[in-house]
Formats: sequence, structure tokens, C-alpha cells
Amino acid sequence: MNAQELLRLADDELILGWRNSEWTGIAPFLEEDVAFSSIAQTEIGHARAWYELAAKELGSDADSLAFDREPEDYLCSPLVELRLADDWARTIARHWLYESADAIRIGALKASDDPDVAGLAEKIDREEAYHRMHAAMWEERLRGDARFREAVDELWPFALGVLSEAQRSLLCEAVDRDEVEAIEQGERNDLRPLWEEMTMVRRSVPGASW
Amino acid sequence: MVTAERVWEALAEVPDPEIPVLSLVDLGVVRGVEVDGEHVHVGFTPTFLGCPALEVMREQMAERIRELGAEPDVEVLREGWSSDWITEEGHRKLRDSGFAPPSGSAPATLLQIQTGSHPCPYCDSTDTRLDNLFGPTPCRSIRYCNACRQPFEQFKTL
Repeated sequence: MNAQELLRLADDELILGWRNSEWTGIAPFLEEDVAFSSIAQTEIGHARAWYELAAKELGSDADSLAFDREPEDYLCSPLVELRLADDWARTIARHWLYESADAIRIGALKASDDPDVAGLAEKIDREEAYHRMHAAMWEERLRGDARFREAVDELWPFALGVLSEAQRSLLCEAVDRDEVEAIEQGERNDLRPLWEEMTMVRRSVPGASW
Repeated sequence: MVTAERVWEALAEVPDPEIPVLSLVDLGVVRGVEVDGEHVHVGFTPTFLGCPALEVMREQMAERIRELGAEPDVEVLREGWSSDWITEEGHRKLRDSGFAPPSGSAPATLLQIQTGSHPCPYCDSTDTRLDNLFGPTPCRSIRYCNACRQPFEQFKTL
């Protein structure tokens, strides 16, 4: 697997982890405050593991790849870039769509010829099972809610953009929706304000580690 | 002369940084020990990838091995940890300190989590319900015991 593909995975998990952490302290109730914070922590842990694999190929390290690139060099999907922290219906719609798409992507990586990639995908998949259960519980609870349905409609083209063209039909089957034109990486740029916050320490104190 | 047995004994005294009643051996994260002269190789698999205790665990294991007069090499294995690897002793220690050990074999499903038998570590009642899939660390969920009205932490099945 080439470094660009690894970075794409890592960037998705890192940025979504940051977006999820924006609910820490302000989620609708305490349990979700804990849940979104914990999901954010594991997504960022997955990002670190993918960055470490990419770093081996690129002769770099995980922190440099995560924090020392320019915002336009990130390869994440537009779905994860969106700031939704004031809107629970859209946040849950993204969570459910992302986890549904990610399950397909991780499932394919488990069959990779590269033993490092397959091993890591296997490990990540077992942790992601809890994210998927959480998303499924919320989807079941909100599926009759008009705001949630509108949010799923709005974010559906973004969700397709998480996957390669070949994998999109699997997502359509998984969530029972028709394929539309996907919003792909590079088509939007909602990342800069988050990037400025996320990289502030590294830019202020080059070489800082924590 | 360091032996594998002495290394296992030393590692059995290293507490888990977040649940200190449990040792790293109880937790099942130490997968193998190989001794080659003064060189000790430990195969290690962390519980969750996002677990901030990973580096602490590695350093504590290395330190114990250095104390035995050997040169440690702690390798993080590709293989994923499973809660099925927590030892019987580990289950007992968890219960004794108010944590419910993982129940049922991995992989967990929502059905199993919502309807399976998850006894309360305080009163042993199985009349408990899921309160939150997520808890204070990635490896724990929160349940509530309807019998003794006590919330408790449930180790996740992974």
C-alpha cells in the first residue's frame, strides 16, 4: 500500500477525531460527552497507527505527518472536514454515514497483501465495532426525525466521497440509498480554521512534542 | 543469568497504569518473552490503539528488565489484543475492585451487550443495563445494576 493511501486513511481519522472532540463538554447529555470524547480518542489513536506506517515509507514520523503539513496537503474526505459541533442531528448523520463507509474500507484492508496493513486493519476493525454499535443505536433512535433525515440527505454525497469509486455500491447497499455524484477529496476546503488550531503548538514551538 | 521465568515474574509485578490492581501479565498484553544471553525480547500488544498508557507500559517493562541486569527490547506486535486474554486471576482482581470483567467472547455485538448476562461486580445480580458503551478509558463501558442501584464499569469485550 503506498504512502498516499495510508495518509488518506490517517488524515480522515485524525480530522474526524478532532471534529468529534469538539463535543467534549457541550454534548446534549453527559453520556454523549463521554462517548464522543472516547470515540475521538480512539480515532486519533488509529490515525497515529496509520501515520506510523506511512512514516516508515516516507522516512518521517507520525507527529510530523499529522501536524507539519500545509492544510492543502491533507488528503481527508470533505465529510470529516465539516464543522458540525453545533448541530447534533448532522453530527449523528455524519457519524453513522462515516462509520458505515469506514466499515467497508477497513473490511477491504483486512484482506490486504501487506501484512502490516492487514494486521492493523484487523485491530482497528475490532475497536471500530464499538463506534458502529453507537452509531447504529443513534440511527435507530433518530431515523424518524425530520432533521436527521435532512442531514443524511445533505451528507450522503460526502459519505460516498470517503470511498473509492469501486466501493461505493457497497455503501449504497449497506445504508439502502441510491448512488449520486460524490463530493470527493479536494472539492471543498473547510479545513483551515481547524488546521490552525490543531497545529498551533507545533507552529509556535517547532519540534515540540507531548 | 536472566531466565524467561524471571522475566515473566518481574512483568507480573508491573501494574496497568489505569487499572493498577491488574498487572500487565493479568491483562494478557505480554504475548511472549525470549531470552538470548543478556538480551530480552518481549512481544507486547496494547489493549486499544488510542490508549495513552501504551508508552508508560513499554517503559515500565523495559525498566523492570533492566533491573534484572538485561537489555530489553519491547516490540509492539502486529496482532490485536483480545479481552479473551485477560487471565482468570485478572478476572478475579477486576471483580474484587468493582470492575466487571469482560463477559462473553469477542467479538462483541450490540445484541450481546444489550441482552447478554453481565453480572454486577458488587452484588452478582444479572439485572443490569447498559448505560453507555463508552467510559472513562477506551476499554470500559458503563452499566447500571437495577438490583443494588450501583453504576459500575464494565471492561469491554474486544
